[in-house]
Amino acid sequence: MPTESDETMPLRTSDDVVRVRQAVRARAVSAGFSLVDQTKLVTAASEVGRNTVDYGGGGTLRIEVVSNGRRRGVRLTFTDQGPGIADLTLAMKDGYTSGSGLGLGLGGAKRLSNEFDIRSAPGQGTIVTLARWT
Amino acid sequence: MSEHRHVILSLIDRHHQQLLAEWLACQKRDARIADPQREKEIAGLAGRFLDQLRRGAIAQADDIQMAEWQPVREVLEDLSRDRAIQGFSPSETAIFVFSLKEPLFALLRREFAIDADRLARETWTASRLIDRLGLYTIESYARVREEVITRQQQELLELSTPVVELWDGILALPLIGTLDSARTQIVMESLLQRIVTSGAEIAIIDITGVPTVDTLVAQHLIKTISAARLMGADCILSGIRPQIAQTIVHLGLELNVVSKATMADALALALRRANKTIIDREPSAATRT
Repeated sequence: MPTESDETMPLRTSDDVVRVRQAVRARAVSAGFSLVDQTKLVTAASEVGRNTVDYGGGGTLRIEVVSNGRRRGVRLTFTDQGPGIADLTLAMKDGYTSGSGLGLGLGGAKRLSNEFDIRSAPGQGTIVTLARWT
Repeated sequence: MSEHRHVILSLIDRHHQQLLAEWLACQKRDARIADPQREKEIAGLAGRFLDQLRRGAIAQADDIQMAEWQPVREVLEDLSRDRAIQGFSPSETAIFVFSLKEPLFALLRREFAIDADRLARETWTASRLIDRLGLYTIESYARVREEVITRQQQELLELSTPVVELWDGILALPLIGTLDSARTQIVMESLLQRIVTSGAEIAIIDITGVPTVDTLVAQHLIKTISAARLMGADCILSGIRPQIAQTIVHLGLELNVVSKATMADALALALRRANKTIIDREPSAATRT
């Protein structure tokens, strides 16, 4: 699967989340996403990105524009070295939060993406990969 | 080791007048100071700096964060503050400290001319000390600059969240841009404040200008709406564009609030609730007046 562009940006503060939204939107536009798809991807990035900052203690986001020959897509990889998640099923459950949010972020991000993968273990950090296709 | 470091400070004490004169000459040369007013100001600061170095009962030169360094740090903080506010660059600010190296090293050279090993050691200690003080100056400078930026952001926040009165008892809050937590706090406060002062019973929150509505934004909106309700005002959410509506549904958000696509629809609803109607004027009446 050829990669058209590949960049990595830091995710440390809530200001970085704003920058991430802008960068993801720019990539989604360049990949030819419709307005609805752009908004879905940006919102998913905002949810997971904020988790990286708030719960993962900061990390990085890799943004790739990929193509499978017929369709183009944007793949986002959020990596942090935070405390990790012990129970992934519980974390993905709507309405569950270990913090003070609404508990809809991860489940919502999954529903907003075409592909969604989360890997985590206590003490091992968390890696969330999600993608959306045109 | 602490004895060696103390040596430098006692040397400064003994030769402070000469050191000050040479230091000022270096600053004048390095920073190209032409203005006599500024020269006087720098001489004052440099004098204060050396005085604090001499007077303080400083035994350690390797950790300037210690309490005994407090007065010295204060001089540097004052310098950084003045420079940052007056718009000097970081190098123009830090040169104050770094230009002390030349006269201080010269002083050490004179003192330990016969002991090369000792000279090298003391020079290293002095060099590290001045580097630390210089870095501290730059850090304080950056801190002041950040304070200025934060203040400007704050001013911008208040500017960009106006609460407008559309009709007697009907407020509107047009939200624009990123709803980060700091801004939402101000939005919430100004809306609640206006509800109190105007006694409004209906508030229209318009999110046409909000590019992304995620769960955090939604949470802020829900809190604002609940607080307004507690104060006796009903909120109407307007300006939900199609893509935002779809996203909200996918996120699984339940916004328990009356919402309208446009501000005009929301105003029409608000007027209806306030028992007001807008009617077309009779054409004949229009021509008569």
